[in-house]
Amino acid sequence: MVYRFLLSIFSSRYILLSLGLFIVGTMSLVAIFAPFIAPYHPTQINVEAVLHPPSSTYLLGTDNLGRDVFSRLVYGARISLWVGFVAVGISLAIGILLGLIAGYFGRLVDEVIMRFVDVMLCFPSFFLILAVIAFLEPSLTNIMIVIGLTSWMGVARLVRAETLTLREREFVHAARLGGAGTWRLLLIHILPNAMPPVLVSATLGVAAAILTESALSFLGLGVQPPTPSWGNILMEGKDVMGVAYWLSIFPGLSILITVLGYNLLGESVRDLLDPRLKRN
Amino acid sequence: MHLVKLALAKLLWLGIVLLGITLLSFWIIHLAPGSPTDMQTTLSPTAGAEARERLEKIYGLDQPIHIQYLNWVQRVVKLDFGTSLSGDHRPVWDKIKERIPLTLSLNIISLVLILGISIPIGIFSALYQGGLFDRSMTIFVFIGFAMPSFWLALLLMMALGIYWPVFPISGVTSLDFEYLSFWGKALDLARHLTLPVFVFTITGLAGMSRFMRTSMLEVLRQDYILTARAKGLPTRVVVFKHGLRNALMPVITILGLSVPTLIGGSVIVESIFSLPGLGQLFYHSVLARDYPLIMGNLVLVSVLTLAGNLLADLGYALADPRIRLGAGRQ
Repeated sequence: MVYRFLLSIFSSRYILLSLGLFIVGTMSLVAIFAPFIAPYHPTQINVEAVLHPPSSTYLLGTDNLGRDVFSRLVYGARISLWVGFVAVGISLAIGILLGLIAGYFGRLVDEVIMRFVDVMLCFPSFFLILAVIAFLEPSLTNIMIVIGLTSWMGVARLVRAETLTLREREFVHAARLGGAGTWRLLLIHILPNAMPPVLVSATLGVAAAILTESALSFLGLGVQPPTPSWGNILMEGKDVMGVAYWLSIFPGLSILITVLGYNLLGESVRDLLDPRLKRN
Repeated sequence: MHLVKLALAKLLWLGIVLLGITLLSFWIIHLAPGSPTDMQTTLSPTAGAEARERLEKIYGLDQPIHIQYLNWVQRVVKLDFGTSLSGDHRPVWDKIKERIPLTLSLNIISLVLILGISIPIGIFSALYQGGLFDRSMTIFVFIGFAMPSFWLALLLMMALGIYWPVFPISGVTSLDFEYLSFWGKALDLARHLTLPVFVFTITGLAGMSRFMRTSMLEVLRQDYILTARAKGLPTRVVVFKHGLRNALMPVITILGLSVPTLIGGSVIVESIFSLPGLGQLFYHSVLARDYPLIMGNLVLVSVLTLAGNLLADLGYALADPRIRLGAGRQ
């Protein structure tokens, strides 16, 4: 019975898709309506309630300055999603542009761009990000830009591969014979047809960017306190983990659930798009 | 003949990528607004006129940019990255050298564990696709992908270091390490490295087992598997001889690609568990804005990654008779 039940729960990949949509939707709403959801201001200090355990007044407890953890997590959602979207936006812009150019023009241009991709892939991206942050300043803007600049390679390869096949298709030849210019051909005829897999990788990219931001903030090289980010709340929680478990548990759980949501969404859409994976 | 051609093409690629790595790294030095020495004097607490002079000398900042680059490359080739800006003034290469063994062994142990666990998981998930094992593994994979490694490390430290103190949570050795017997030393090391290796392994496991499953499913769909089955070969032979051998091929490639992720992960794991490896050295050098040390590290890890990729390529060529024997000639 239990076995059958478990099977039926996960029998449809639409369930994974809906779960992903639900998590992503909820988190976006939380981020947008943060001021209405958070019971306290995220940086409001209360010296009389330092490291207060979870209770009805402080739903998820307070930190070492008496700030409400739940409110900080709610505002932290804003930071995480904002970083995710901007960083992925940057990586999409670069990846799509270089991928289109490499795939369409081929030859030397393709060779140069793809070798550049190889070079970028040789740097462990976390080392590269940290090195750049060391030369600039750790700030919200800088980490969004740096994450974007170091994560476009996958998109570029994907768009290049799509462009290589699309440029030989009849409708592209037809458009060219119809007098469409190179950029019109690339942006209006080729790009929209290459978009579905790119959007999937963008969704997964948001998850990866959120993870990277939280890791940077956890190391003290990302979003700087007092601005709340899930990563820097965990960093503060690390020093008091023996006495205040809530500071280490809940921010991590927020990261896990959000990243899981974006991954579920991306992976299930990918499966739905892939005709080879269709069963029955 | 075929192999020689392949090797030459690979060497050319290697040269181009190495050139790219040095150019990009060099560009990062010049990323900061103003010159690196300005940054040095205004931002670093340890910097002064003396550090400024030293940096000027290392990077030859009064020279034209292409001369600067050539000089820098000349010294990098000789593993001369200058001296650290920190109090000890030691050569960067010496500081890096002593850190390599720990990071390398952590990564290799984890990699072996990841492969040893994820390959069987992948095989069984693929063989019984849609079964309870496959479905539970799918859930595990999704959670593994979403799990921040530093959070997993924190949870383990809290659970097994503080609430039930089973494992030590920082460093590589105990205080009384010197006085332990050989086996005592080995056990002490193992106890210190258990949690870090566990974190490394879990974070790599999800991706690799998923990949192995996909690869195996792909192979099991092929005609030659049907042929083998039709010949009446036992399932064991079909799966492990005809199937597994072919399914393992792409794993070699993905292994090379996973090197940067593993090395990148060592920054987090080593700084959380206070392990004196490359990752921790890099983290500290970033915090202290020790530029020569940062650059030395960056160049070294990218070259290590490149070496990993090359080994994977070589392994692939050796394992695939079509490449090894050049069967594509006809």
